[in-house]
Amino acid sequence: MRERVVLDLSDVTSHASGSASPTWWGTLAFMLIEGTGFALAIVIYLYLMSLAPKWPIATPVPSLTAGTLMTIVLVASLAPNMLVTGWAKKQDLPKVRFGLVVMSLLGIVPLIIRVFEFPAVHVSWDRNAYGSIVWLMLGLHTTHILTDLIETLVLTCLMFTRHADNARRYGDVADNAMYWNFVVATWLPIYACIYWVPRL
Amino acid sequence: MADGAPRKDLRDTALDSAELDRHLTSIWHTRGGLWAAVSTVDHKIIGRRYIITAFVFLFMGGVLSLLMRLQLSQPEARFIGPDRYNQIFTMHGTNMMFLFAVPVMEAMAVYLVPLMVGTRNIAFPRLNAFSYWMFLAGGILLWVAFAIDTGPDVGWFAYVPLAGPQYGTGKRADIWAQMITFTEISALCVAVELVVTIFKQRAPGMSLDRIPLFVWSMLVTSFLVILAMPAIMIASSSLILDRLVGTHFFNPAEGGDVLLWQHLFWFFGHPEVYIIFLPAVGMASTIVATFTGRPVFGYLAMVMALISTGVLAFGLWVHHMFVAGLPRLGESFFTASSMAIAVPAGLQIFCWLATLWMGRPVFKTPLLFVVGFIITFVVGGMTGVMVASVPFDTQVHDTYFVVAHFHYVLIGGAVFPLLGAIYYWFPKITGRMMSETLGRWVFALIFAGFHLTFFPMHILGLAGMPRRVYTYQPELPWSGLNMMVSLSALVLASGFLLFAIDIFRSARNGPAAGSNPWGAATLEWATASPPRCYNFRRMPVVYSGEPLWTEDELQVASGLRVDRRELLVTAVVAATPQARESSVPHSIWPLWAAVATSIVLIWSIFTPWAVVWGSIPVAVALTGWFWPKGAPEEES
Amino acid sequence: MGLFAVCLSGCNGTQSALDVHGASAIHLKHLMLLVIWVCALVWLTVMVVLAYALLRKRRVAAEVNAGADNRATVIVSAAVGATALIIAGLTVASFYTTRLIDGDGDAAMTIAVKGEQWWWRVTYMRDGTPDFETANEIHIPVGRTVLLQLESADVVHSFWVPSLAGKQDLVPGRTNTLALRAETPGVYRGQCAEFCGIQHSHMAMSVIADDAVSFERWLADQSAESLKPAEPEATAGQAVFLGKPCAACHRVRGTPSAGTTGPDLTHVGSRDTIGAGLMERTRGSLAAWIADPQTIKPGNNMPMVPLTSDELRAVSAYMESLK
Ligand code: HEA
Ligand code: HEA
Ligand code: HEC
Ligand code: CUA
Ligand SMILES: [Cu+2]
Repeated sequence: MRERVVLDLSDVTSHASGSASPTWWGTLAFMLIEGTGFALAIVIYLYLMSLAPKWPIATPVPSLTAGTLMTIVLVASLAPNMLVTGWAKKQDLPKVRFGLVVMSLLGIVPLIIRVFEFPAVHVSWDRNAYGSIVWLMLGLHTTHILTDLIETLVLTCLMFTRHADNARRYGDVADNAMYWNFVVATWLPIYACIYWVPRL
Repeated sequence: MADGAPRKDLRDTALDSAELDRHLTSIWHTRGGLWAAVSTVDHKIIGRRYIITAFVFLFMGGVLSLLMRLQLSQPEARFIGPDRYNQIFTMHGTNMMFLFAVPVMEAMAVYLVPLMVGTRNIAFPRLNAFSYWMFLAGGILLWVAFAIDTGPDVGWFAYVPLAGPQYGTGKRADIWAQMITFTEISALCVAVELVVTIFKQRAPGMSLDRIPLFVWSMLVTSFLVILAMPAIMIASSSLILDRLVGTHFFNPAEGGDVLLWQHLFWFFGHPEVYIIFLPAVGMASTIVATFTGRPVFGYLAMVMALISTGVLAFGLWVHHMFVAGLPRLGESFFTASSMAIAVPAGLQIFCWLATLWMGRPVFKTPLLFVVGFIITFVVGGMTGVMVASVPFDTQVHDTYFVVAHFHYVLIGGAVFPLLGAIYYWFPKITGRMMSETLGRWVFALIFAGFHLTFFPMHILGLAGMPRRVYTYQPELPWSGLNMMVSLSALVLASGFLLFAIDIFRSARNGPAAGSNPWGAATLEWATASPPRCYNFRRMPVVYSGEPLWTEDELQVASGLRVDRRELLVTAVVAATPQARESSVPHSIWPLWAAVATSIVLIWSIFTPWAVVWGSIPVAVALTGWFWPKGAPEEES
Repeated sequence: MGLFAVCLSGCNGTQSALDVHGASAIHLKHLMLLVIWVCALVWLTVMVVLAYALLRKRRVAAEVNAGADNRATVIVSAAVGATALIIAGLTVASFYTTRLIDGDGDAAMTIAVKGEQWWWRVTYMRDGTPDFETANEIHIPVGRTVLLQLESADVVHSFWVPSLAGKQDLVPGRTNTLALRAETPGVYRGQCAEFCGIQHSHMAMSVIADDAVSFERWLADQSAESLKPAEPEATAGQAVFLGKPCAACHRVRGTPSAGTTGPDLTHVGSRDTIGAGLMERTRGSLAAWIADPQTIKPGNNMPMVPLTSDELRAVSAYMESLK
């Protein structure tokens, strides 16, 4: 077929950022997948609860301390996370570096708290279905913290190399921050479910 | 930009066609050799591989079905023992659903969608490569297990407790569950790529109402994948946990529940069948439009039908559990919702009929398959409506009536349009036409063989024959029909064999096709057959839903760089240009990532520690994947 | 080969959703025929339109024209409307049939049926407590509604006697119920309908609808303890049965045997078939079964118990005598 040029794109920017970028949409799609997974885990929890004569099965309700501390830390981590997003948008390298170091640390703290959360539910995964689903939810969320932490660590290293000062990298930092918001956001319903639903 | 100011990058603006081809080829080209072959990220090469692999699985699954038909041809036959038979029907169903039907539809989309929306590569090309390797690994896992007599034997929906730790001893059920993980990872990756390709990489001017119907169908399908597959991932992971570390999700003695599995499986399993069917609908629409020479009647209605089928698909799962003993009122709700799906399905059929009526049908092989599809799928849809009725289903559930229903909709509703689509797009993919004469024979054999094979199954089911039996007693009045079914399956198989022959012959000696042999309207026909590695020399711009019918020259945009892989990112709704985005070059890392992931998944069948130790190489591979290598594509 | 021949003669009786003799099955058949006819007509209509659309003669320049499109819009909308009406009608019909079936009145008696890999444990209840146990054959009084309480001992099974009623799953951890009412006396074959493992194919059962008199006689016979063996061979067989592992799995009421993993054999000699509908019960088939259950029904849960040929002959005579 013959071609006829009808549009000149020379002046169009060479990198789409924010919601114009395919990566942003990809991240969103993966969040949708994982969000569905979390939602299903909660549905399973409620389903098993509806079948059990007594809930939690043969064990006291979970102790609140560790889980609540977790919630506080995660919610608090949103503030520096927002700052990092802003710095990445402004392509402010020193601040982004600093922010990433902070976020790496803030990724490690929840993992430490999580170690205390598992005993706080007073049941092991192989005792009964209640234990199984609670451990599944905690486990699922832990893997998300862990993967985001590793991603943050890799990005932090990357931002200290010569590859750092690049719009694409700042985009990655922003997307990573968006993913952390997601990790925090999914925790809230899980927290409510694990710690408060049995107290209703 | 014509002022000739010094610029470090090279644009396509000033280049003539030959020079442009040379530059584009040098950056998009996949070199020869094994290393280049396994590190390519060209969606066409991966798509072709994907399609071929899926068809190989179709033939392997088909051979299994012939074995089943051999055993069932006579009462109390002793060709295949019960243990092997159970592995065979499980393999057949699992293979057909997870290794053939879903992947083949995604594969067609991997090849076609970027061409149809007018872009140069799929979004996230490396993820695409990774997804193919995961699919291949999952398929190999399943078939190797079968070869060493460890094939799953619990049916393609692996009901617990039969598949649970107590009754499903050995590793058979684990293989099944882990194969699910492989294929779901790969399906999810493709779904994400397609959604983003369709949202962000459409040609300028391809607003929502100009998207080809096949692309629409893949968009809806991808959302179904994204929302349905997590359910089976959670289900199969819980099953593995029950089996490996002693959790009690499905153990009623410890507060678990057997029906929880069924709910989770079918919450995925029902949308799964539309994941297979909707792409086929898109193929049918494409073929109908081309061979009637007019756009499909009721574009908006067709799109709404796709979307509403997709939405309804999540509200039907209980119709697979009508005899499990759920409350009657709830079941009646699912009768109503299941039947309601006849409305969008009917709407689509009526729109095709109207198109055929008002257009001028040209009876080439692709259209024959679509006509066969309409005839057959409507039968399957009708039996679907029958089994959607709770009381009706209590008689035919788990009988050959249901086997008949789902082969009518799977083969009649999805494989027929798929075969039509192969005849239709083969010239684009290979540059050669398939044989019209053989095509008619293939159609006749498959169509006749199909109905002779599967129609009698309705009667067998009503006459009381349950499914998944390795044999039946001679005094039951089923042997005559079973023999007929088995013989007819040979006719059907010969049709498939002829199809394979046609493919091989035509790929080598078929007449050259030219860029648009059918006079079709969509963008994939605007480029060479087979398309060059960069798809389009210049990014197409469209002003209608049928660009090749409404304009006699291809409208294009210029201004992209040709010294790195570049394509165009456009706005989600209006498809106005937003950026000249780079597209990643070849990489070996997706293969390493797939190898590392496969090791974790297979190892974790045996010990939970695999997840801990195995994730280290996965993390290394993913870091290698994303770490910048200084390519021009990584500049901003 | 001889064994094979024995296998070939097994059960009798109907097993078809179209040859109906039970109250629910009759309602179901009416519904099914209605739905099938409606759907067949819809299919035919679509096919006629399809054929005409493909083959009709066309005027030369049939460009896309607005008039035709508008007419098509009206027709397609009407067809969609008709679809909605038809499925609404079918939904109502199926809801109505469900009501008819569920409303079949109070049950004359309750029988507990437990699905086991790969046979059916049948327990007759009297005033809510177990009366006696039998296997694979369920006698019911004709014309009376009988409530089956369905449970599973291991995996999911499904109870299906199509000539009498639709199927109902037996789900571990749950109790389902199914009401049966046979309208004519006869033997109705059924078969497990949910895949349950290696011998799912050979997990049949039959429901035998007796008239009131023979049913009462049967009930009285069955609830009695086993007959004392009369002939010497059978007496010897009883000793074998009690001395060998048989008694660890089977129970014959009236003897010390108390096994519960296998079917209750108190009146096995009165059953029509053995091995869950696999073979007609004859002395020969009993001997064949006991001699080598794993060849006849590969994978089933009864092991081969090594017996001398005398022991085998004696124990099968004993089984045969348990009328
Ligand atoms: C491509 C796959 C596909 C498709 C498209 C469908 C389509 C439908 N299916 Fe099917 N189904 C399967 C694949 C599919 N199915 C599989 C694999 C199983 C078995 C799984 C297993 O057990 O192994 C199954 C099982 C299955 C069951 C469970 C049966 C059982 O196990 O007992 C039910 C029950 O409701 C059902 C219903 C339907 C309905 C109502 C539709 C509807 O979408 C059909 C709608 C279409 C039409 C109705 C025809 C066109 C409409 C018109 C021409 C308009 C006029 C129509 C009317 C007036 C009625 N299907
Ligand atoms: C898209 C999916 C799909 C497809 C295409 C098919 C295709 C076929 N199926 Fe399939 N079937 C299922 C999906 C599918 N099936 C599912 C999901 C189940 C349920 C499983 C379960 O219960 O768990 C099932 C179950 C099932 C059963 C019931 C088994 C049982 O319950 O015991 C039967 C029985 O006849 C059957 C038969 C066939 C036949 C004859 C074909 C034919 O169409 C096949 C056509 C033949 C070929 C494609 C072979 C061509 C090959 C050659 C000619 C040889 C050439 C050789 C080389 C080149 C090496 N199928
Ligand atoms: C380990 C347990 C076990 C032992 C030991 C055992 N059986 Fe069985 N028996 C079974 C089971 C289980 C079945 C049901 C098999 C089936 O139909 O799937 C059965 C079925 C039978 C049947 C058929 C009953 C019917 O109504 O279908 C007979 C008769 C029988 N056994 C006799 C014997 C005799 C005699 C012996 C000793 C020589 C014996 N069994 C030893 C478990 C056992
Ligand atoms: Cu029990 Cu199948
Ligand atoms: Cu369904």
